[in-house]
Amino acid sequence: MNDDGTVNRSALPAIFNPEDLNALEMALQIKNKFGGRVTVITMGPPAAAAVLRDSLFRGADDAVLITDLKCAASDTLATSYILSCAVRKVNYDIVFCGRQAIDGDTAQVGPQLAEKLSIPQITYVEELVELNGNSITTRRNIGAGWQQVKTSLPVLLTITSDANEPRVAAAKRMMRYKNALTPLELERKIKAENTAVNEADIKKLVEHKRSELEEKALLIKQWDLDFLGADLSWCGRSGSPTKVHRIQSVVLAAKESKNIEASGEGIADMIHELIEDKTIK
Amino acid sequence: MIGVNRKGEVWVFAEQHNGRLEDTPIELMSKARRLADTLSVKLAAALLGDNVKDLAPKLIHYGADKVYLAEHPLLGHYQANSYAKIIYDLIHKYEPQIVLYGATVTGRDLAPRIASAAKAGLTADCTDLQIGDHKVQAGQLHKNLLFQIRPAFGGNIIATIINFDRWPQMATVREGVMPMPEPDVTRRGEIITEKVQVTQQDLPLEILLEHKRQKKVNLKTSRIIVAGGAGVGSKENFKVIWDLANCLGAAPAASRAAVDLGFIDSDHQIGQTGTTVRPNLYIAVGISGAIQHQAGMSQSQKIIAINNDLEASIFQIAHYKIVGDLNEVIPRMTKAIKSVARE
Repeated sequence: MNDDGTVNRSALPAIFNPEDLNALEMALQIKNKFGGRVTVITMGPPAAAAVLRDSLFRGADDAVLITDLKCAASDTLATSYILSCAVRKVNYDIVFCGRQAIDGDTAQVGPQLAEKLSIPQITYVEELVELNGNSITTRRNIGAGWQQVKTSLPVLLTITSDANEPRVAAAKRMMRYKNALTPLELERKIKAENTAVNEADIKKLVEHKRSELEEKALLIKQWDLDFLGADLSWCGRSGSPTKVHRIQSVVLAAKESKNIEASGEGIADMIHELIEDKTIK
Repeated sequence: MIGVNRKGEVWVFAEQHNGRLEDTPIELMSKARRLADTLSVKLAAALLGDNVKDLAPKLIHYGADKVYLAEHPLLGHYQANSYAKIIYDLIHKYEPQIVLYGATVTGRDLAPRIASAAKAGLTADCTDLQIGDHKVQAGQLHKNLLFQIRPAFGGNIIATIINFDRWPQMATVREGVMPMPEPDVTRRGEIITEKVQVTQQDLPLEILLEHKRQKKVNLKTSRIIVAGGAGVGSKENFKVIWDLANCLGAAPAASRAAVDLGFIDSDHQIGQTGTTVRPNLYIAVGISGAIQHQAGMSQSQKIIAINNDLEASIFQIAHYKIVGDLNEVIPRMTKAIKSVARE
């Protein structure tokens, strides 16, 4: 945790949010059936590249890491704004999001992103019923029951864990994409491998390797806010209306407690007491 | 985006489907009433739908001073686009300082869409709301802000979120965490009919089919709940939970572990991903008491915990702690209850 109550994400391992895997799976199923390209976009610290590689292992065609120190402390509003800048750079028909993340479980970024893109949203999707040309029908969970909803593309869907069983990484794809790197990772790797080489030569080496990776489609795209043309006043701390006032650890404790003997007598006394105080009527 | 408006009202989104008010806006009313009183401003409900004006007096009975009523034939079925557009317009017209929504599927679909359009803050799934002051490090003091209190990171921490510049201050509130107020049918209030424009363009979705099912059990209104966990051991043995519940006129419930093991249907699940309850008596049987489970039941008036593991964390919040084999303890409880009934 940082001093301002925001999460120090660089100190956490990058994990694939579970329902984002369901979102990726639905995208891949549509791709397998109808064609198209699946691009995975994430915003996070450089280590989030691991999640993008995992997406490539599972079947994604393209991966984009939005990483920039100016993204730090973004709440859901700023996050959705930054993501919208990135999604606009990609040709899309359907934007898939996990219903919610397991850290904040707010479920807010999906609908906010849809609003920023001026497209409709269908949240809590548990099944793709039909995709026919420009029209899509899904089944969404509405708590006690379900709804079948139809709309035309483009649309944003948020996918629940009930939608499917995410595929695991394919061995062949792992072999191919384990060397996929972001430009930053590539630079770090080359520097580590060539400690005795001077700055200028390192730069040349990086450039050479980079175009090599690009040719083999092994370069994970890395975009910063400048590249996205994002208005910085809507990003990071200044773009986030919500702030943390206080963080407390949970301490739950009963005010008074009694140890009750597991014997017939102890239990009978307890029941009597609960009847006396009208807890049991 | 609207600025800080200290005179702004407190609003509750009055979620209704097919002319029936949901429980959550009513649960929200008593808390929202207190917030409005603390701030000395009016409490209003935003009621949208087709032919729903009959619900307006009901909202006043539950504590609203005003109801903003937006009726239109095209508002008969909820859609994020149309509802967000109307509430966005109302927010810009009246500049409320607080807008609250139930954290239902609809509330969680709608509120972020409005927050994004209004470029306002939104906190999800609050379990408590208070009014308080916030001091910025530079020394500036923001008085009387909405403290949006919610569990985070699996419930291990409680975060208080504030929003001091871009208003309204908005939050969704978990279902069941606030008690239902009693209606006061003598209360009078103001119903303000809003003229609204809705076109087919505001309705991008077509709802082809809808299937509503009744939940198998109503945990929220049960006075006594008997909940079983993984420690019950098997689906067959879960019968002891049903038996004890029957004997007490209680609702049978379960921890997530017991649901995942297939002992009982997920409608019965208590906890962070299930239902939040606050009964008079909660009997936790073979439940270790993960923080996610406690989040859904710790507000119970009395808690009895039965577990053979003395170290189980459920004992930390129990009023009555019984360390023992549930297969021996429960029959003794049933016997004690039945013997009293005969007296």
